[in-house]
Amino acid sequence: MATEVEHAADPHGGIDPNENYLIAGKGIWSWLSTLDHKRIGVMYLISVILAFFLGGMFALLIRLELLTPGRTIMGAATYNRVFTLHGAIMVFLFIIPSIPAAMGNFVLPIMVGAKDVAFPRLNLMSFYIYVIGAIFCLFSIVSGAVDTGWTFYTPYSTTSSSSVVSMTLGVFILGFSSILTGLNFIVTIHKLRAPGLHWRRLPLFVWGMYATSVIQVLATPVLAITLALLAMEKVLGLGIFDASLGGDPVLFQHFFWFYSHPAVYIMIVPGMAIVSELFATFSRRAVFGYFAIAMSSLGLALLGFLVWGHHMFTSGQSEFATMVFSGLTMLVAIPSGVKVFNWTATLYKGSIWLTTPMLYALSFLVLFTIGGLTGLFLGTLSVDIHLHDTYFVVAHFHYVMMGGTVMGFLGGLLYWWPKITGKLYNEPAAKVSWAFIFVGFNAVFIAQFIMGSRGMPRRYYDYVPEFRPYHAFSTYGSWVLAVGFFILAGVLIQSLLKGAKSPPNPWGSAGFEWNTSSPPIFSNFAETPVITRGPYDYHEATEEELFDGFPEDFKKTVS
Amino acid sequence: MSSATTTEASHSPVEGGHGHGQHAPFLAHHFDTPAHQFDSAKLGMWIFIATEILMFGGLFVAYGLFRGQETEMFHQAHERLDKIMGAVNTVVLLFSSLTAALAVRQSQVGDRKGTTRWLIVTLLCACIFLVVKFFEYQHKFHDGLLPGHYFTAHLAQHAHHGHVLPYRAHMFFALYFMMTGLHGVHVLIGMGVLSWALKRNLDGKISSRYFTPIEIGALYWHLVDLVWIYLFPLLYLVG
Repeated sequence: MATEVEHAADPHGGIDPNENYLIAGKGIWSWLSTLDHKRIGVMYLISVILAFFLGGMFALLIRLELLTPGRTIMGAATYNRVFTLHGAIMVFLFIIPSIPAAMGNFVLPIMVGAKDVAFPRLNLMSFYIYVIGAIFCLFSIVSGAVDTGWTFYTPYSTTSSSSVVSMTLGVFILGFSSILTGLNFIVTIHKLRAPGLHWRRLPLFVWGMYATSVIQVLATPVLAITLALLAMEKVLGLGIFDASLGGDPVLFQHFFWFYSHPAVYIMIVPGMAIVSELFATFSRRAVFGYFAIAMSSLGLALLGFLVWGHHMFTSGQSEFATMVFSGLTMLVAIPSGVKVFNWTATLYKGSIWLTTPMLYALSFLVLFTIGGLTGLFLGTLSVDIHLHDTYFVVAHFHYVMMGGTVMGFLGGLLYWWPKITGKLYNEPAAKVSWAFIFVGFNAVFIAQFIMGSRGMPRRYYDYVPEFRPYHAFSTYGSWVLAVGFFILAGVLIQSLLKGAKSPPNPWGSAGFEWNTSSPPIFSNFAETPVITRGPYDYHEATEEELFDGFPEDFKKTVS
Repeated sequence: MSSATTTEASHSPVEGGHGHGQHAPFLAHHFDTPAHQFDSAKLGMWIFIATEILMFGGLFVAYGLFRGQETEMFHQAHERLDKIMGAVNTVVLLFSSLTAALAVRQSQVGDRKGTTRWLIVTLLCACIFLVVKFFEYQHKFHDGLLPGHYFTAHLAQHAHHGHVLPYRAHMFFALYFMMTGLHGVHVLIGMGVLSWALKRNLDGKISSRYFTPIEIGALYWHLVDLVWIYLFPLLYLVG
């Protein structure tokens, strides 16, 4: 027995656990082979930002083409590929991994008082799976691309000569990255909470990530089998979706949306999770209705599995099914409503600090509300008959995904930027970038609500002249939006190169992650914390926890 | 497990948060105790099993739908499957689940040789399963019982006891190959997982204090077996 207690090989592989994680372990190989959740989070962050720029470039090309009716800069076949790639890249390479993998990986273990996620090697593997999936998708793009729309509906996807198989294979692989991230988070939250951190003290970001992970783990496998069936249909002529062989093309839609509806909750719940944190910190008080918000995340996760048919009201499914799905869709608005009201109540009598992250949180509040309310229009059967497959739908989902999730992502990025990099960014310049992004975004998509309700179909290359002013307005808006993102990129690069050093807790937040250095040391904590208060208990947090290291002129006077 | 000696001192916060050199080599730095690590590994594997069930679930739904629409055809088509071979495979897999459980038991009591023995038997059973499957697939190819456009069993040359199958029967075989094919892929994955566990055992890394790879490997193997237990009656015992 004694021989098994041999002197342990250094468990950190030569890394000093008390050193700043950015410099603990040098050289590119120490990054590529890291097991540190923070470094993995940073690698994911870089990847999703690159994906966002690629998908964004395709978006600009779409808008440029639609500036005038008929051909502007590309032919119709190319246009079909461009909008498909915009969708596929944004959904699978950017938005689904964005907050969970890039920010969740970094912040979640620290928030629960752990040194890492439950399975660090699985974490690294999930990153490489993401990279391999991305490579397959990129290969598809350069080898003829896909023109089916990101939804790959049969029978076109099974008969199209475009590179459907390599794209679906890429997405299939990316799905596993998503599943493994979710699995890791669930076990981390269950098993690695610090002493004193019982469930009702968890930060709302953690509750949100927990709900997201449950969806990821249960829904993504269904996408996997759907895409596998699609690939087999193409390669082997399986026949399961082919009407001429006794199959059913609408079955594909059922399978596809059974994943893809919960997927939109994978997209939005993390954004909501971040926004909860931002409202708490920048109103300097506890979030109103903490437990209701926590439970509403789980409610969205559950109800999200029951409404997939609302994407298929016009597909020929039975009347009974359409009525049931419409009713359930109305229900799923309730948890979202709970959150919006609770966040608003959090602002009331809070000590508001209007930083850029707070501006993004407020943007989320307004824009997500608009997006969510327009979802109710679409969930109403009789109205949807007219709105289905129009720009109204496009505007709706961009309001929730971009006005919602992307605003949350950007707010979180700026909020945790000092934690991740140890640097401060230029606040006034960041506010300018926010203004461009906010105005540009609304310009692009308000016009789309209007023209959608007037009958402009989505995914159309050409359009009748009456829609031209709306398209033009939308395109000009896309340029304003692009300027906003370039300014933001400049702000972040300037911060990396020349930014001022950040104190551990630049926002004076009572959140647990701010109780570590910025950037954190390799093992996150010098000793495992014992949690004795909630993450929003400003009245119980000590001066030191809130203001440690504040330079006097930076210190915000708060009551 | 073993008595709390110096191996379990990892909860005390010393520099870096735990006592260096004082915890067992298999204990990762972010876990407090071996039991903590073991529980987390098991929870992780159970969640992964849930994802596998959801994935196969899609195929079961497709099966249910098409069987509901073409019940008579399913009954006819399934007669072309060899029930004996299917039954043999079922028994082989059930037995392999037993041997996997025995391997776990032996690792729990620190019997390295016994663990090796039972893991090898499990892997052999998996090989037998795949060999039987190979012969089954070979028969299908020979008889034109293939999915989609490759289906030729409706032609006179593939008459069985004087009967041909309707062309629509290709759908049954589409599902047959998809379901047993995906299951076969998982048999291979399971074999990989068990081989990894076996290698760790042969390297001397497994003991009565650390048998996690065996435990979660066997757990995964039980899933592979369970999926077949559902596939067998659905495909081979229709009606």
